[in-house]
Amino acid sequence: MDIGFYFTNLFTDFGSTILSVITASYVIAAIGLNIHFGFTGLLNIGQAGFMLIGAYGFAITVRFTQNFWLGVVVALVGAVLFALALGLPTLKLRGDYLAIVTIAAAEIVRLIGDNQLLAPFTGGTFGIPGSAFSKPFAALSPLPQIGLFQIGPYNYPFTEGDSWWLRIVAWSLVAVCIAISFLLVRSPWGRVLRGIREDEDAVRSLGKNVTVYKTQSLVIGGLFGAVAGIVNVLATSVSADAMGRTLTFELYTCLLLGGAATVFGPLLGTFLYWLVLVFLRDSIGFWVPSSVLSQQQIPQVTWIVVGIGLMLLVIFRPQGILGNKKELAFGD
Amino acid sequence: MTDNQKLIDPDYDYDRAELRKKLGAVDELPGSAKPNPILTVDSITRRFGGIAAVDVDHLEVQKGSITALIGPNGAGKTTFFNLLTGFDIPDKPQGGAAKPRWEFQGRSLVSTSAYKVARTGMVRTFQLTKALSAMTVMDNMLLGSQQQTGELLSRSAIWPIWRGKEKVIRAQAEELLDRFKLLEKKDDYAGSLSGGQRKLLEMARALMSNPAMIMLDEPMAGVNPALTQSLLGHIQNLRDTGTTVLFVEHDMHMVRFISDWVVVMAEGKLVAEGRPGNVMQNQAVIDAYLGSHHDQDLGDDAVLNEDFDTAIAEEDVELAKAEEAVEAYAESVREKEGDGD
Repeated sequence: MDIGFYFTNLFTDFGSTILSVITASYVIAAIGLNIHFGFTGLLNIGQAGFMLIGAYGFAITVRFTQNFWLGVVVALVGAVLFALALGLPTLKLRGDYLAIVTIAAAEIVRLIGDNQLLAPFTGGTFGIPGSAFSKPFAALSPLPQIGLFQIGPYNYPFTEGDSWWLRIVAWSLVAVCIAISFLLVRSPWGRVLRGIREDEDAVRSLGKNVTVYKTQSLVIGGLFGAVAGIVNVLATSVSADAMGRTLTFELYTCLLLGGAATVFGPLLGTFLYWLVLVFLRDSIGFWVPSSVLSQQQIPQVTWIVVGIGLMLLVIFRPQGILGNKKELAFGD
Repeated sequence: MTDNQKLIDPDYDYDRAELRKKLGAVDELPGSAKPNPILTVDSITRRFGGIAAVDVDHLEVQKGSITALIGPNGAGKTTFFNLLTGFDIPDKPQGGAAKPRWEFQGRSLVSTSAYKVARTGMVRTFQLTKALSAMTVMDNMLLGSQQQTGELLSRSAIWPIWRGKEKVIRAQAEELLDRFKLLEKKDDYAGSLSGGQRKLLEMARALMSNPAMIMLDEPMAGVNPALTQSLLGHIQNLRDTGTTVLFVEHDMHMVRFISDWVVVMAEGKLVAEGRPGNVMQNQAVIDAYLGSHHDQDLGDDAVLNEDFDTAIAEEDVELAKAEEAVEAYAESVREKEGDGD
């Protein structure tokens, strides 16, 4: 047991987590959720559903047409339609209805994806392997098509699969998404959204069409979700069960940790969330003997600790790290 | 002069004495016609269960007046407000009854959603103040304007489009905040204001759109007495600068002090209308407001004994009957259970 080894290992894992495409996809999805929940007060418990719609729309289209851009368009259009289908019947009602409908709709999408009858398209429970749809994306890469590239301890392919190319694109997208959300929420449009979060009727009495604003918010946040879904599956593969309720709750944890209703909250929160996860995993693995906790049990214990952490966070620092206590997204 | 400022309306009685003279010629009857109505309401009803919360046949509100809508608790004043401003929907007429109709500045507002009503220039405030507490006072004010095209999603991300307008609106907001003595609070969160200041903020916010008419739902509720005087001044000032005021209020002193015309509701209906001095003397109003025994001393045993003894005796009879019924039912259940065994 070498403590030097523990620290080297830990910091290497920290680095790979921060570079990870999955982390980037979480940030993008959390930015969308922030527009829903943080700024508009829409309790969307189905952000994973938006990601899954984006993932399926993209992967299935590209699989059959090998056209990357067509896949992106289908994914985005799918997310818009999904948002409208969820929003039009519920946004005129009280907030709770949206929560119920979004969680149910996300589950419906997941179960349809799992359905063996649709296996020729969705791959059923096996999903769609990355190799079926990742080539057109790789073809866009200016980096060498074949070979590995190493920076320090990080050795990834240039272009294939979970590559440097994908990392560059994913983190550039994060930057673009943060910029877009900054421009949107600092604008008068964003001000109306915050007004709606505080009191719909007051905003209505000032001559704003609240339903339209809520629908726009749901669509835009959903689009971020779809983009996150595309990024996520490009690094791995499409699997309906990987984008279930758990993912939505992870996104909420990231958002609340960083601070809802802040522009950089989703980024900071997602980093912290993953770093804590990695830290717990590595530390428990290193310090707790395997006779007490086996290798398989470590992730489960990690989840328990994260769950407790989320509860403590909401109780003691509901505004998150960057948030303003006076501008809470929930409670009064 | 910007488009935010009100144009001089030749039809509006800026001179209050002139207005009162005109109203002096109006019949003091519920539903009487006014010389220059800004708002006309016809056959509007709203029922909750079996109770008619609002059942108003006809009402006209004189342009340029401060009209008070008074009535005892549960008279339907707030529901009436909600109906007029699109926050509630009137019942469909039953049988051959007339359809509900209401017009604001000659424009029908039937089945118009709340936000559209606000855009026609009829802006309301709420009984329970709806200050947007997690937003700054300034942001509250800026939301009140209806001039900011940057509120459209398609224009929002491109700030050069709306930045100029934002400056104009901000200047207007500062002017209003200054008038309402809230300017030094402009960067505070609205949640940190006192109850009275929130009322002021809500009123100032409603004025950001330069409404032709403002509807205040209990502007004095929960306001500290020191602020009351300044609030009264603001309301009269509004009228003098071209905004018709319709307000719901409980405080009789205030009603008498500032209103030009008083409308009285009781149990959903209009029971009286008139100038404030006269309407308070109206028997229907006194009965509705204070109960028909208001001038009798309830400490007087004669009144008390007569009313209460009979009532208690009647109640006793009813109670005995109910108890008997319960006992009989229990007996029948016991018998049935006995059969079962």
